[in-house]
Amino acid sequence: MDIAAMLLRLSEGMLRSVTIFGLTLVFSLPLGLLVAFGRMSKWTPFTCLGECKSGFLRKIAGFKPVQLIVKIYISIMRGTPLMLQLMVVYFGPWFIFGIKISLAYNFYAVIIAFVINYAAYFAEIYRGGIESMSKGQYEAAEVLGYSKAQTFFKIIMPQMFKRILPSVTNEVITLVKDTSLAFVVAYAEMFTVAKQIAAKESSVMPFVGAAVFYYVFNLIVALAMEKAEKSVSYYQ
Amino acid sequence: MNENIILDVRNAKKSFDELEVLKDISLTVNRGEVLAIIGPSGSGKSTLLRCATLLETLDSGYLSYLGEKAADTGVNGRAEYASKAELKQIRSYFGLVFQNFNLFPHYTVMKNVTDAPINVSKRSKAEAYKKARELLIKMGLEDKENYYPCQLSGGQQQRVSIVRALAMEPQILFFDEPTSALDPELTGEVLKVIRKLAEEHMTMVIVTHEMAFARAVADRVIFMDGGVIVEQGSPEEVLVNPKEERTKQFLARYSEEQ
Ligand SMILES: Nc1ncnc2c1ncn2[C@@H]1O[C@H](COP(=O)(O)OP(=O)(O)OP(=O)(O)O)[C@@H](O)[C@H]1O
Ligand SMILES: [Mg+2]
Repeated sequence: MDIAAMLLRLSEGMLRSVTIFGLTLVFSLPLGLLVAFGRMSKWTPFTCLGECKSGFLRKIAGFKPVQLIVKIYISIMRGTPLMLQLMVVYFGPWFIFGIKISLAYNFYAVIIAFVINYAAYFAEIYRGGIESMSKGQYEAAEVLGYSKAQTFFKIIMPQMFKRILPSVTNEVITLVKDTSLAFVVAYAEMFTVAKQIAAKESSVMPFVGAAVFYYVFNLIVALAMEKAEKSVSYYQ
Repeated sequence: MNENIILDVRNAKKSFDELEVLKDISLTVNRGEVLAIIGPSGSGKSTLLRCATLLETLDSGYLSYLGEKAADTGVNGRAEYASKAELKQIRSYFGLVFQNFNLFPHYTVMKNVTDAPINVSKRSKAEAYKKARELLIKMGLEDKENYYPCQLSGGQQQRVSIVRALAMEPQILFFDEPTSALDPELTGEVLKVIRKLAEEHMTMVIVTHEMAFARAVADRVIFMDGGVIVEQGSPEEVLVNPKEERTKQFLARYSEEQ
């Protein structure tokens, strides 16, 4: 196989890596916000028990079910390897429910696993950003008569995004490299392709090519994020 | 009902856990009146303002603006608040200027001042900008409309926050120590604009440690200590010839520190 053919096949793999990357961001960035809201939920459906004499029932009154569920979800997502999560999402339907999985499912499995994993990380970043906002911003908005939604979307969220951009940059760069994990479910992204060619041709060249591809990919991502950070540097 | 009563607070009580911060406070503010509130640290001045501006809820007591009830003690002895819609209406009657400004840092001066009139009060953009420009000129900020808060001095930021509050055309404006976050050389410019508002008979309640200022602008001074109103009256009565021992002590200690 000549260099041109190798590069062509690698770039096909690259395209798939970029697809995973793009779709993961498109879904996990907004989903992360939803998860962050769940994580900060103060909903206590059993407050009526607060007046009870029994200490146990009073504890239940303070129970926040949404927050607890989301906390568990985040801790699992962050506490287990993404590779394992990928395999669970891919093989789970068959092992657990006996559903026969089609070959094309591996692409969906990759996107689902990446999205729910990255949403958990983004949620924690969002939460940190939201909680770092001063109470004064909420109070100023409240006195001016802004609704809760207006306060969040007009006042809090833009400032939160500025604060979290550096952490988001870290995650996004990690995501570029994480796309290679899709090989565990035999999805032919760039790393999988490089491995196949390398095995067939007994050469390290495909890996060198892949490394260059990943590096350039990340360089572009880093430049884009730098530009985003600059675009919000007009205020402090 | 007396149309001239803008703010009416009766028997207001507020505790934080075991700490009783407001013990049965009653006060009324009439249209056009400037009320100064003084008192030692921890006496409950900010808490009173925060309860009046609905940032904090009263445990019990009565609170109304222009005769519209925001809260009243219910049958169980606890304060019951009006509906969300009623409170929204009531919020449009007052403005609050914070000690540390709390401007929106991602908005220009102009947007800080016009965003709430446009998006909360639903005024037209043209109208909001016109009003904002008038106020900015009045406060000596006409050349700053495209600046971001971080590009302004503390005194300028506080004047912008006063403009932001005034742009909502409140019936009454509260100030919580508007100059204590400022360098001494910047307090003058902020006090000057507040004095200008007083001359125009803007109804104001000002918590302050600036005794000379309180004496100059206030129609009435309240001295608070330990969650109660110890003494109130004209600036002369309270600041020059106080009757209560606690007021005398506070003023003596205060003039020593100056
Ligand atoms: N959110 C809160 N939770 C618990 N305690 C509070 C809270 N806010 C105020 N306090 C307490 O209530 C008391 C009165 O506070 P407040 O801020 O009203 O005093 P102040 O008269 O404004 O004092 P200063 O002149 O220092 O501003 C203080 O002892 C304070 O610690
Ligand atoms: Mg205070």
